[in-house]
Amino acid sequence: MTDTKTLPTATRLNRAAGATANWADERTSIGAFTKFLARKIFPDHWSFMLGEVALYSFIVLLLSGVILTAFFVPSMDFVHYEGEFAQLKGVEMSKAFESTIHMSFEVPGGLLMRQIHHWAALIFTAAIVTHMARVFFTGAFRKPREINWLIGFTLMILSLAAGFTGYSLPDDVLSGNGLRIIDGVIRSIPILGSYISYWLFGGEFPGEALIPRMFTAHILLIPALILSLIAVHLFLVFLQKHTQYPGPGRTDKNVVGLPLFPVYTAKAGGFFFVVFGVIALLGALFQINPVWNYGPYDPSPVSAGTQPDWYMLFIDGGLRIMPGQVEVVLWGYTLSLNILIPAVIMPGLFFGFLALYPWIESWATGDRGERHVLDRPRNAPVRTGIGVALITFYVVLVLEGSNDIVANLFRLSINDLTILFRIAVFALPVLAFWVTKRIAMGLQRKDRELVLHGHETGRIVRFDNGEYIEVHEPLSDEERWMLVSYQNLKPRELAPEHNEHGVRRKGYRWDRFKAALSRFYYEDRVEPVTPAELHEAHEHHKAEIEGMAARSEAHSAARADAAADKAPADA
Amino acid sequence: MRRLSLTRYHRAAPLVLLFVLLAGITTAASFVQSTPASATAEASADDISEGSKLFAANCATCHGLDAQGTEGVAPSLIGVGAAAVDFQVGTGRMPMQASGPQAIAKTVQFNQDQIDQLAAYVASLAPGPAVPDADAVDPALGNAANGMALFRTNCAMCHGSVGGGGALTQGKYAPSLWATTPTHIYEAMLVGPQSMPVFNNANITPEDKRDIIAYLDEQRNGAPGGAALGAIGPVAEGLWAWILGMGIIVGFTVWIGVRSS
Repeated sequence: MTDTKTLPTATRLNRAAGATANWADERTSIGAFTKFLARKIFPDHWSFMLGEVALYSFIVLLLSGVILTAFFVPSMDFVHYEGEFAQLKGVEMSKAFESTIHMSFEVPGGLLMRQIHHWAALIFTAAIVTHMARVFFTGAFRKPREINWLIGFTLMILSLAAGFTGYSLPDDVLSGNGLRIIDGVIRSIPILGSYISYWLFGGEFPGEALIPRMFTAHILLIPALILSLIAVHLFLVFLQKHTQYPGPGRTDKNVVGLPLFPVYTAKAGGFFFVVFGVIALLGALFQINPVWNYGPYDPSPVSAGTQPDWYMLFIDGGLRIMPGQVEVVLWGYTLSLNILIPAVIMPGLFFGFLALYPWIESWATGDRGERHVLDRPRNAPVRTGIGVALITFYVVLVLEGSNDIVANLFRLSINDLTILFRIAVFALPVLAFWVTKRIAMGLQRKDRELVLHGHETGRIVRFDNGEYIEVHEPLSDEERWMLVSYQNLKPRELAPEHNEHGVRRKGYRWDRFKAALSRFYYEDRVEPVTPAELHEAHEHHKAEIEGMAARSEAHSAARADAAADKAPADA
Repeated sequence: MRRLSLTRYHRAAPLVLLFVLLAGITTAASFVQSTPASATAEASADDISEGSKLFAANCATCHGLDAQGTEGVAPSLIGVGAAAVDFQVGTGRMPMQASGPQAIAKTVQFNQDQIDQLAAYVASLAPGPAVPDADAVDPALGNAANGMALFRTNCAMCHGSVGGGGALTQGKYAPSLWATTPTHIYEAMLVGPQSMPVFNNANITPEDKRDIIAYLDEQRNGAPGGAALGAIGPVAEGLWAWILGMGIIVGFTVWIGVRSS
């Protein structure tokens, strides 16, 4: 086993580590902080790692991005391509496009870096959305985490901005079409639109200022904002402590979990390489954004399959789904409602609702306490329903945004698809809300049944009097805790409109709104099992449960005997 | 060798040999047949009369006995030229399988001889665009860069940036061009089948057409950077980022978190 020779090296190593730590501590007093960090407790669950995915893909973005900046030239100067790639030989293009082609085909590893960077961007945004969905469905945004929800929301918007500016940098036809659409969207804003567009593009679209400006935003402004907000986001996680799923011994006043060191340092360290590895594999195996096929930007061509990256697709879907007849001309000025509604108002409402959601829900609950134990999604049926409805709405718009691809893939008529989606975008979210709420409440009822009657064992017992019953096994205390310890929120009471002097109360309307909202949330609910109910159920089923207990004892005794008999024979 | 001679032959061996021999002869015969067919480009009177018979048997139901067309069913073929016939029949679009948004390119129904005879017959009705010769469609003689610029301006809005295909209105579609022969690509530009506009020689010169063929041919040498995911752009990329990328990563989080409570 351990031979004596390794012992001195181990101690020498320990001594060296200790001396280094001491050296650092004597100069910075970092020891206490390190100890605090290392002993910080975090609850464990797979879904708590989704935010980590976003963080790690952001690190991959920074690493690969640094390499790309070494070769990318953010300039709209015209050049003729003189490189090796046959289908672009001698073609006139901007320096930005030329340098992208150059780094793809002539810089060793350049194409891999570009593809890793782009795949990492798609994973980054996808991970943020997944993380956000987890936080939403488990109610992790409740007090005291509303600010952190807002910071996370801002990070999500910034990731879209980072993605869009990066996607547009190569100055190819595809991203140029995307920019032209954004330009159109900006111009649809009444009065200010054309001024913002002129200011942004430095004159008429496309101008020559945009690529350098977007480059600065993409590599400096947005990443700096993201980095600093990530720091605040994580600081608040440390400060407010991480939420935990309900379970035995877990309350709003404690954190049950494992220390950061060594458990999470090892897990998180390893997981970084998993995320990096998956992104690197995607970058190595799958082509992404082949700008050499789209060609250098030119305002005239638009090719089939022109779509933005997935996270902007829902806005494209909004534009495609909108009937064009709603453009109105007022006193000689055109009000492009057909662009304004789907591309400005719709995303504004969608994102605004998301940003404000913690407050919207707190109006309904009136709950002022801190909530550190997460909800199981079924125990908040209306919230879960709203979440699924939002996702459904988003997915319908994404499908409409890819309507030409869907039509071509399934050989359908693109016109019929659009008509279908026009109905679905309103009908499906409502349906999804209703179905989800019903499913959640059904699951709650199942939980109730389980608590009151125990697990079905599948064992049918006949009594002496001929009665048959199925034996139910009572739940363990841990299981029962999970199923009964949720917040049972009821609709808020509305105080009377007039006070005792018959004077109309101030803020009555606002209260009435909150009460209506509260009714919407909590009118239909499944109450958790109370101790009295549990006691009654046990009394009622005493015979079954005790009979079961007696039988199972007899059963296991018999089995033990049989095993004892069998054992010598086996030997 | 010794081992071979020592082994007893299987009972079925003569039968298998016979089958292989027959298959060999049939294959060889089909090669012998097809080689001179493409060599004789000039249409003889014989071809025209054979073509007229084929036309009467396979096309006349819709296009009329004199190829004059039927109102609301099928267009007149007088003056469409050999190129149109070679494209429509040679890609399996004609004879049309069923009415629908557009003719589907199904299995080709005739051999090249018969197609040539049909083309000769239709070409004899009135002058029209002819089938291009081998040099006119040789991708090696074209300039891919010029072809790409032309493709982007004239073709990509329907066929996609590299000819992967795309949707048109009311269930019609621009097909993928990856498996289309250079001759058929040339002919399609020349005659404008179905929803496609005609790009005549004044519009896109024969040299430009060859350049476009050269560009499309470049796409068949494989995509730089790995699997192209259908080359349909960001929708496919987003789908794979979610399904494959997020799928694997979330799978790992579940695996790492499996020991927790």
